[in-house]
Amino acid sequence: MTTTIESPGLIEPEESGAPDGHGGGHGPDEHDHAASHAHHEGPTGILNWLTSTDHKVIGKSYMITSLVLFFISGAMALVMRAQLSNPTSSLVNFQTYNELFTMHGSLMLYLFAGPFAFGGLANYIVPIQIGAPDMAFPRLNALSYWLYLGGSTIMTLSFVVAGGAASFGWVAYAPLSDAINSPGAGTDMWLMALGLTGFSAIFTGVNLVATIFYLRAPGMTMFRIPLFSWNMLVTGILILIAFPVLFGAVVMLFCDRHFGTHIYSVNGGGVPVLWQHLFWFFGHPEVYILALPYFGIVTDIIPVFSRKPLFGYRGMVFATLSIAALSTGVWAHHMFTTGVVLLPFFSLLSYLIAVPTGIKFFNWIGTMWGGQLSFQTPMLFSMGFLFAFLMGGVTGVLLASPPVDFMTHDTYFVVAHFHQVLIGTTVFAGFAGFYFWYPKMFGRMLSERLGKIHFWLLFIGFWVTFIPQYIVGLDGMPRRVAGYLPSNGWTGLNVISTLGALIIGISFLFFLVNLVTSWRKPVPAGDNPWDGGALEWFTSSPPPHHNFTHLPPIRSERPTWDYNHPEHRKDESHGDKRQREHDKEPVGANS
Amino acid sequence: MRASGAILVIIGVFFGLMGIVYWYTSYEDAGFLMLMGSALLGILPGAYYLWWSKRMKPLEGDDPDASVSDGAGIIDSFPGSSIWPFLLGMGAMFATLTFVFGLWLAPIALVLGLSAVIGAVVESRRGGTV
Repeated sequence: MTTTIESPGLIEPEESGAPDGHGGGHGPDEHDHAASHAHHEGPTGILNWLTSTDHKVIGKSYMITSLVLFFISGAMALVMRAQLSNPTSSLVNFQTYNELFTMHGSLMLYLFAGPFAFGGLANYIVPIQIGAPDMAFPRLNALSYWLYLGGSTIMTLSFVVAGGAASFGWVAYAPLSDAINSPGAGTDMWLMALGLTGFSAIFTGVNLVATIFYLRAPGMTMFRIPLFSWNMLVTGILILIAFPVLFGAVVMLFCDRHFGTHIYSVNGGGVPVLWQHLFWFFGHPEVYILALPYFGIVTDIIPVFSRKPLFGYRGMVFATLSIAALSTGVWAHHMFTTGVVLLPFFSLLSYLIAVPTGIKFFNWIGTMWGGQLSFQTPMLFSMGFLFAFLMGGVTGVLLASPPVDFMTHDTYFVVAHFHQVLIGTTVFAGFAGFYFWYPKMFGRMLSERLGKIHFWLLFIGFWVTFIPQYIVGLDGMPRRVAGYLPSNGWTGLNVISTLGALIIGISFLFFLVNLVTSWRKPVPAGDNPWDGGALEWFTSSPPPHHNFTHLPPIRSERPTWDYNHPEHRKDESHGDKRQREHDKEPVGANS
Repeated sequence: MRASGAILVIIGVFFGLMGIVYWYTSYEDAGFLMLMGSALLGILPGAYYLWWSKRMKPLEGDDPDASVSDGAGIIDSFPGSSIWPFLLGMGAMFATLTFVFGLWLAPIALVLGLSAVIGAVVESRRGGTV
């Protein structure tokens, strides 16, 4: 691996007087520098963790918390698979099983997949990628994390209250979630946790959008920011559309449960299906809130390991925006079988989403085409993502067809479909990003050998787990059941699926060993272990307080690459022409 | 700024059109209202950005030929470490738990929340230009 060679002669000095928080208005002088240095020293240890407003510390906190929840939730999945490996198993009783699949879904979707991406990776990486000293609202960012931690704590602790945790599935359909069918504090805690994490997500969305709009470094125009940041911008906008709807729905459900309203209950003239409308108006954009960041990660990784610039930058941006736009028009494809939604409208729009997603796939392949591919761990995980998400996406296209959906609704076919989508994105692409940026965050490498074992076990386990679920689903096995009859003939496929889940579980042991090894025997990473092109590879690993001491000139999507490889620098006139076409701002108006 | 505003407006207009199509094909009010809400959520801030993009000094980040020295000077002042977000977050947690377990938790939530709000405001005043 090559590493960046420091050659300060080419670097233009950055605004040195920037951010310090002690009274603005100072010029870039010694005093200021000393002040910001003093800040950096600041509180240490647990007090630093409690009081830090640095996006890097908050990002790491987010990542650690969400990974812990990921492991808790994964353990629940293993218990459920163990239960299903035997048709009449009594490992857990039905009520506990209901609690397990509810909490598995809730933890994974609300508390791992989203926060790991937009709270963890994005929080850490986006400001560095666009050359910003921090997020736009650092204290709001810290508040996001504490709300998220509070929500996570409440949701996880709901297992220990009388009556147990929520047990109505992560979608909480009315009237199953009302006070009569789901009494107890567990359900209320689940609702409150959703409220807290919902606000946490909204604040993070505000922060991401404001940061990307306002804090880009000089020359880092909108059409030069890396695709990961683009995806996070669009994710931020989607969060602002989706999460307020969820919060409203949750508050109304709570009122139904405790304050005697009848919004979702037929008795008082309410409409139970309204919950489904509101929930899925949040829920389907949420799927893209979970998917887009991971698309962004893969889009940043593939060019680096193909030694080529990204193929079709504009096309990727367009595809990301179209996915976001279409995602709010497809919510009722989850409700085809209710019989009260407009089938052609939602079916057509659901099919349409395959188009921008297809553009992305072709661009990923186009980026690799003719490149010098090297299959290090992040690239392997990205490849895994391509295969996994393709399979999940194609079965999703099937499900967009109402007749197919009528046949497979609430069967294991759907379970296998969304696990392939979500594991494809959050696990394959998520860990691709983790392996990719870990050296930047901690200044040390993860082991390639353990990383590859992790990948291959995960990849094999993934197919072994979910292909049998498609088959058993087509055979009619319903989801959310704790048992079935031996005469159903589903036992063999379920045993195979459970073995696959076990392999996935084992693969993550290698991940943990990898983490421990990197802390016990650190291998220094250098600033740019992968020879990446985006701005985050320009600064040190880990980056200093407020991220940059110097910035390179930004003249393309790959400033660090241009700086390290001047012989490959992009034709500037071409880049600028494209730029002017879009921004239409007087060039050099500021100089 | 122009690009940023245009993105939001375009998305908002798209939602508006979808909402109109949706209404005249289904007459279902919940989805129609949510699509219209999303349309406003794109158009309002997007129009605000576009309005300002004509009136304010262009951002260095939007100038494709800007050199790093163009950004010299103060970007903004950023807060250092602060305990108040933590206390406000914990206050919010206890506030929600009050709804589940009863009013006896309300004083804890109030003390944490109010102290955090006051503390954060005082801190901002001391901290100079924000």
